[in-house]
Amino acid sequence: MNLLRSKSAEPLWKEEFSVHTSDERYVSRRQFSKFLVLTSAAMFVGNLWILVKSWLTRKPVYPEALIANLSDVPVAGVKLFNYPTPDDHCILVRLAADRVVAYSQKCTHLSCAVYYSAERKQLLCPCHNGSFSAEDGSVIAGPPPRPLPKIEIETRGDQLIARGVETNARG
Amino acid sequence: MFGYEFYIDPSRCIGCRSCLQACEECETHRGHSMINFDFIDREEGIQSAAYVCWHCDEPTCAQVCPADAIKKGEDGVVHSSLKPRCIACNNCVLACPFGIPKMWEPEQQMMKCDMCYDRTSIGKRPMCATVCPSQALAYVRPEDIAHRREKPSNTFVFGNQTITTKVYMMVPEPAQAVIIDAADYIWEARR
Repeated sequence: MNLLRSKSAEPLWKEEFSVHTSDERYVSRRQFSKFLVLTSAAMFVGNLWILVKSWLTRKPVYPEALIANLSDVPVAGVKLFNYPTPDDHCILVRLAADRVVAYSQKCTHLSCAVYYSAERKQLLCPCHNGSFSAEDGSVIAGPPPRPLPKIEIETRGDQLIARGVETNARG
Repeated sequence: MFGYEFYIDPSRCIGCRSCLQACEECETHRGHSMINFDFIDREEGIQSAAYVCWHCDEPTCAQVCPADAIKKGEDGVVHSSLKPRCIACNNCVLACPFGIPKMWEPEQQMMKCDMCYDRTSIGKRPMCATVCPSQALAYVRPEDIAHRREKPSNTFVFGNQTITTKVYMMVPEPAQAVIIDAADYIWEARR
């Protein structure tokens, strides 16, 4: 604080809370506009830094992992699995005989676990009634701000293999 | 009323309490007098003293206020506590060496003499000074008070604390400052 105030014998609190109304200092227009300009400049630089950082970081590489056998999952059935790490809970849904989709089970609102509703063909979050389309994971209703991250699934014969996570941050 | 000052001369006080009544008329504290009225020695005599706030240059009441509620204006008047800020902690009541601030319990707010700010700020004299028949409380120009035998002093010494004030006390001529030894007065009272 010593840089910002002129030299004074009084402690700072006595200067800021003076008993004399004539010594009371209010924020001037110049100070306020200086604050606005500096704050927005700091915000701009911060955003630039985030942008540059995202350019410099490489795309994550996901391992391939065997999830299940297609014959083990009935049509309109569900299989829970963990991908890419054991802490990432995911849900696989067999929508039709030849169509299998998988999403992260973490609701994008407050990370509650979503479940599949076969009659509505939606992934539902019980916490705040968020619902996602089972077709592509997009938000249909409720508070979630982004679609569910999609797990890329490849069918090799009877085997279902997870190949990566597709995050659509734009929602 | 530029150039007018407040002079207090307890030796002129006749104990009529007109000032108390006049002060109670004020709209901001109707029914409550902000005048301090004391008897010098109740046991021995009838001499009384009425006095108002001295409006110190560095007001102790405001310095001890933890809520920044007491302010001294540019014209030197120390105001009552600001209602939105006052927390009724009584610090000012305890700290003022003159015993001026009064805690108004129903309102939970400290009120004190503000030299009738609604009047003096528009060029009228304070209520008490207008009614005082012996001019023990006088709001006049310095040249009008100069002919009196007692001379004005605005320096008070309380032990190690020296206070200069806006309001003047009329003292016998040789004295330059009013030196008050509070402990000595307590000792005398126990006699």
